[in-house]
Amino acid sequence: MNIIVYNIAHARAGDKGRTVNISVTAFDEAGFRHLKQHLTPEKVAESFFPIADGPVSRYELGKLNAFNFVVENIRGGGVTVSLSHDIHGKSLSYLMLGIVLPEIS
Amino acid sequence: MTQSKSKNQIRIGGGAGFSGDRIDSAVELAAKGELDYIVLECLAERTVALGNLIKIREPDKGYSETLSARIKTLLPVCLPKGVRIISNMGSANPMAAAEKSYEIARELGFPDMQVAVVLGDDVLDIIKNKPGLILLESGKPLESILPQVISANAYLGADAIIPALNTGHALVLTGRVADPSLFLSPMIHEFNWSYNNYKLLAQGTVAGHLLECAGQLTGGYFADPGKKNVPDLARLGFPYADVTREGKVTLGKAPDTGGRLDVMTCTEQLIYEIHDPSRYITPDCILDVTDIQFKLNSLNCVHVFGARALPRTDTYKVSVGYMRGYMGDGQISYAGPNAVERARLAGEVVAERLKNRGFDHLEIHEDLIGINSLHGKASPAKDPYEIRLRLAVKCPDKTAADAVGEEVEALLTNGPAGGGGFFRQTKELVAIESVFLPRHLVKPTLHTIGKL
Repeated sequence: MNIIVYNIAHARAGDKGRTVNISVTAFDEAGFRHLKQHLTPEKVAESFFPIADGPVSRYELGKLNAFNFVVENIRGGGVTVSLSHDIHGKSLSYLMLGIVLPEIS
Repeated sequence: MTQSKSKNQIRIGGGAGFSGDRIDSAVELAAKGELDYIVLECLAERTVALGNLIKIREPDKGYSETLSARIKTLLPVCLPKGVRIISNMGSANPMAAAEKSYEIARELGFPDMQVAVVLGDDVLDIIKNKPGLILLESGKPLESILPQVISANAYLGADAIIPALNTGHALVLTGRVADPSLFLSPMIHEFNWSYNNYKLLAQGTVAGHLLECAGQLTGGYFADPGKKNVPDLARLGFPYADVTREGKVTLGKAPDTGGRLDVMTCTEQLIYEIHDPSRYITPDCILDVTDIQFKLNSLNCVHVFGARALPRTDTYKVSVGYMRGYMGDGQISYAGPNAVERARLAGEVVAERLKNRGFDHLEIHEDLIGINSLHGKASPAKDPYEIRLRLAVKCPDKTAADAVGEEVEALLTNGPAGGGGFFRQTKELVAIESVFLPRHLVKPTLHTIGKL
């Protein structure tokens, strides 16, 4: 049985121009280790590819069981000129939380 | 005026996180929070550029549109308690903002109130005369957009605000200042912190970063029913930080309010709008939050420790605002059987009619709200009961931008069956790019408004 990131973590998105950053914080250490293994920058880049060219970087804040994902080159270009309904990409935290992962063994 | 009495700890409230933030929560925080300072952060990336656009047309405007409402409600609470207000609501016109605030103070019966104003963030004339600046986002030279440029504002640091705080005046107004710096300035002012003490700058800056979005620290933008519950969200209380002379930071929330302040809410806000957590660049330092820890001391009381910093860079980041034409937008909704197909047909019809009217250069952005307006092509396909079509364009001329809304409106009698809930708008587009400007070219200055 697969899980989604939502089952083991919470997230918040913010923007700077054509870049969006999404924090993913595991509810516990086991979740953090699972994310570390499976929620790789490549995995996130694949899920975001329909809307962003990337690259995707992943930074670790181990003492908080958290990661910061930075997704670059969101298509349609930045908050100030974007025609998107959500120009800030604020809702993208829930695209992240919907990513499918293997279950925790 | 002399320095305020020496303290070993101050309490700074986060009273606004953006220009549309809730005023009631700020008043409640000021009334019940036993604050020394309340900081109102009201400028988004583009706000100063939009303010400048207003100022060009109305020279006594261009400050934050919610300034009057905030000052009117907060002064009667803050002045009697001695709570000083620090805000970037000056936006593109801090002097006019100060005049307006002083006028309100007099009307409210505080004729002795004075306003300290920080200027110097407006560097438009400086960048115009400095060839060779490169735009960070596009990599192009500044000259490529110069004819369209309407504003250039440097993100000033906490040091620019210190002279204003030294006046002792009740209200300090600025234009563009980095958000955390607004909060760091009273710490430097009260404790005489040195720019060589990176441990203190780090703790102060991280406190500012956590407070700068106000309610986002205390359960705002956090609730997910059944998953992440927030008690009494409707009565969300705003946060404050207790900061000691030694740089100890403890976060709290206005008493008897809704919301929650704990390790989870703090973690979400810590990582909000940062990139590399080891290099969060502010005008005051390069902050490293990699090893930050939060400890819940008691209910809604969190201790923050572990911030580090490196020396500040020798440049200021400057936001350059420039005109990018117009954005036109039209929306209409469909529901029930075959709603999505009717919405798609409506989109095709509008596109063809625009082409037939000669607007054949328009690139039309189509959202099916309810299906793909937020996550685009990453959304799973699934037809909802009801759907809202949104068509948007950007173009140099207003006529073309208007035409999209006109054609969506015309769908009411000339489009597919059952369309309703029509809406349209046309907006001037102001875009933002950034440049770095050497520090020595930027000279913050202090001005005072009020009774002499």
